[in-house]
Amino acid sequence: MTQQGVRWSADQVLALAPDAASRKAGSKLGAAGPWSEAGCSDEGAVWGLCKGSGSRPYQTVVDVAGGAGPAYKCSCPSRKFPCKHALGLLLLWASDDGAVPSGQAPDWAEQWTAARGERTGRKRSTAGPASGAADPRAALRRAERRAERITAGVTELEQRLADLLRGGLAPAEQAGYGLWEETAARMVDAQAPGLAGRVRELGAVPSSGPGWPVRLLEECALLHLLGQGWLRRERLPEGMSATVRSRVGLPVSADGPPVRDRWLVLAQYDTADAKLTTRRIWLHGADSGRTALLLSYGAAGRAPELALPVGLALEAEVSSYPGAGQPRVALGERFAPPAPVRIRPRGVTTAQAAARYGAALRDDPWLESVPVTLREVVPVPDGESWQLADAASDSALPVTRVARTHPGLWRLVALSGGAPVTVFGECGHRGFTPLTAWSRNEEEMVTLC
Amino acid sequence: MIRTSTSPEAPATGAWEELVTTALLGTDRRTPPGGTPGRTAPVALLDAAAVQTVRRRAGLRPAPAARRPEPAPEDPRPPLPAAAARRLAMLLADRPGTAAGRRGTAPDLMELLPQWLAAANAHGYAPPPEALPALLDAARARTDLRPAALGFGGPRALWLAGLNPDWRFALRAAPGAGAARSGSGDADRVRKLWEEGLFAERVALLASIRAHSPAAARELLAGSWPTERAEDRLMFVDSLRTGLGPDDEEFLEQALSDRSRNVRSTAAELLSALPGSALAARMAARARSCVAVDHTRGTPTLVVEAPHECDSAMERDGIAPKAPAGRGERSWWLGQLVEAAPLGTWPGRLGGRTPREIVALPVADGWQGELHAAWCRAAVRQRDAQWARALLGPPAAPDAGGPGAVSLAERAKLLGTLDAAERADWVAGFIAAHGLPEAFQLLGVCAVPWAAPLGRAVVDALNIARDAGSYPWSFSGVMGLAERCLDPAEASRLDGLLAVPDEAEDASPGAGGYWAEAFQRLVTTLRLRSAMAGELEAARTG
Repeated sequence: MTQQGVRWSADQVLALAPDAASRKAGSKLGAAGPWSEAGCSDEGAVWGLCKGSGSRPYQTVVDVAGGAGPAYKCSCPSRKFPCKHALGLLLLWASDDGAVPSGQAPDWAEQWTAARGERTGRKRSTAGPASGAADPRAALRRAERRAERITAGVTELEQRLADLLRGGLAPAEQAGYGLWEETAARMVDAQAPGLAGRVRELGAVPSSGPGWPVRLLEECALLHLLGQGWLRRERLPEGMSATVRSRVGLPVSADGPPVRDRWLVLAQYDTADAKLTTRRIWLHGADSGRTALLLSYGAAGRAPELALPVGLALEAEVSSYPGAGQPRVALGERFAPPAPVRIRPRGVTTAQAAARYGAALRDDPWLESVPVTLREVVPVPDGESWQLADAASDSALPVTRVARTHPGLWRLVALSGGAPVTVFGECGHRGFTPLTAWSRNEEEMVTLC
Repeated sequence: MIRTSTSPEAPATGAWEELVTTALLGTDRRTPPGGTPGRTAPVALLDAAAVQTVRRRAGLRPAPAARRPEPAPEDPRPPLPAAAARRLAMLLADRPGTAAGRRGTAPDLMELLPQWLAAANAHGYAPPPEALPALLDAARARTDLRPAALGFGGPRALWLAGLNPDWRFALRAAPGAGAARSGSGDADRVRKLWEEGLFAERVALLASIRAHSPAAARELLAGSWPTERAEDRLMFVDSLRTGLGPDDEEFLEQALSDRSRNVRSTAAELLSALPGSALAARMAARARSCVAVDHTRGTPTLVVEAPHECDSAMERDGIAPKAPAGRGERSWWLGQLVEAAPLGTWPGRLGGRTPREIVALPVADGWQGELHAAWCRAAVRQRDAQWARALLGPPAAPDAGGPGAVSLAERAKLLGTLDAAERADWVAGFIAAHGLPEAFQLLGVCAVPWAAPLGRAVVDALNIARDAGSYPWSFSGVMGLAERCLDPAEASRLDGLLAVPDEAEDASPGAGGYWAEAFQRLVTTLRLRSAMAGELEAARTG
């Protein structure tokens, strides 16, 4: 296959930008003017020289078909990653106007891609099961010590929850974040980051508007359920026990058998807090029909390194993380650069979507949402909010609060124009978050996140 | 996700509410229902709440659907070619305000958006629906973009704007367009909007009808004319400027006796642009008596005898009697008479001379400025190319760049009456003789893309300015125009200007580098425009 068939869209390229300023700066460089000696190879490398303000042009190379998402190298001093030159080069390449012809890489580009190839090859060969298992007995001792600390943390947390319920939730509205921050810090000390995260979120509930006592009770109850699950983990079925361990925050690795498929990249979006940027990438297996989630993290203010072109499919292996019903996978070997496919996930009705979420809670009661594709739904305004209503019936899923304020919702409304569309998103107890939509002919995929 | 499951709903919901109440008050004050042996009250409450929470979530069902919006009207236009759609996404992604400072060599995408929209509209493409929110946001931020953006957005953009208060401007800008689009069969809706609409909606409605059917607009206006407020009447009468023709004379003659002075003078102005009108004939008679050729001097000379009074008949025909501060009353009246008189009057009055010969005649007693300025205004108003040409004179004339009798602003307006090629030739000649500093205003009235001779004149002049050792930002206005207006086919001509020249001793420090950068940006922008145009053409061939 030649690179001609797999050029990305400008949207896909711009989605790689770490921030809005980079997007803008990159867009400006996406034209032939400042570029010279640009070219691309069949192996997925794109290179070019970009005239900057200095006397020497910057040397920019991107490996589009890289092992863990595109990789970039640029001689500019920018600390943004990818830098505007890499984005501009990809835009130029994406615009398909002959500005980036196929050809032989110049030496400086060739050296980098060759070195990269060696590095990733070496990594692959050493990343066998033996790695990290230098002293299994020491590892076991460490794991036992950690489990003890978590148990102590859980016991303390249970005590705090009991105290809270003894005195009543009503005063929590005035209590503010302080109480929860302190408890969260205790959970971090207990090496249970999963618990810490949930506790921290409790602090925000009392200020979350009408109905907060119900939400606070729900979250306290689920936290209690998780604590109880941890204390009884030995007696749980294997899948549920794995889910509890991962919810508490024990590190797990993807040890499922590799599944090779053509994975259509359905959606990619970032959420950020003060310390961490989390990138969620939803994949849909063209042959297996399976929906899988890739997670990637970046330090605060930095884009996570993994980025995949939404709307294209990559032939690759993925392995599941442990836990029953767990959609999360790790990306393994990739066999071919991303290419277009005509496969679309099978859609369901709103009732089926709600039922699917309900069923998934059996395996993971702490689950916020499940990935679902809704077929033939119409976005309908509902007071201040929006719904996605079945075209053929009278039922509808409300759009979540987060999605309501996102510009993607308006792209969805515009795409629909009052007519039914197919929408992929996350469906849970808060409602539906649309992430991707297809117009009626399902030809064009429109990202909403 | 509003309802929980049905059959066990009543008891479950009751139990849940009981739990919430107990949790709010605290188990010290209220004992939770049930209770498990061996569990303390708070733990028993949490146990029960956990069961209920999972049960509630697992039992969630869809909510009843709200009332569906009317579907968006069909857009019959063909969709944008894929490459052009990608380009649009990039142009719209370039929002102003995120970066500042020196522009470097990168093109200013936002400045190209108007051109892109005009071209897409000329091709008659429909936008990709998902681009509409960004398009509406851009139009919201820039009023100058609105007509083209809303035209391109089409019926679906208006439909979308109806759902989002942020885009309400689109409904204000286009209700008439909507009514006109729905066809002439919708006379009732037009009538209703005309009678009940907001002022802006009515103005837009009148303008859109006038554009298609001048008579229908005039009749609509005549129907409600006596009941309209004075300031509204002024806007409405002004709308007749579009498609003005002899049929409008009767209505405008009546407006000459309007209660409002502004309405009267606008009506008079419009009538004077109809050389066959009765008002034009009355003005011709008045003006003729003021200007004559005096043969008693050595060379034939124009002599001016300005009016001695402004009588009520003159006032009714739109002559403003009161001169602005600092101007003589008689010259003020003269200027208005000559401006409103048909230019066809003069050759007959002044010895059968052509406009060029008339303009060349000396004028006695310092009246030349007043007289020529009035003729300029008349030539613009009556769109008389022959007179405009005479008044413009040859572009290389020493006083063409000022301070001559005709100012640069007036020359720019006169150029507007010439056809595009002649206009471009004249401005090219002007730039060749006078350079760029005075040319900005004149370039602004030239057709885009610039004709080849004009483009070459501008590039040559920029090259000369560079060699003269000035900085490019002294010419940033012309440079910006060139980026948007130069024919992209000229890009290759600029290749020789892209290199950084060796610094001459007397040159401004670093100027060469900045010039090279400015020319690079020019070339980049031209290439981009060429790519844009090619993408929009794509579907025609494919």
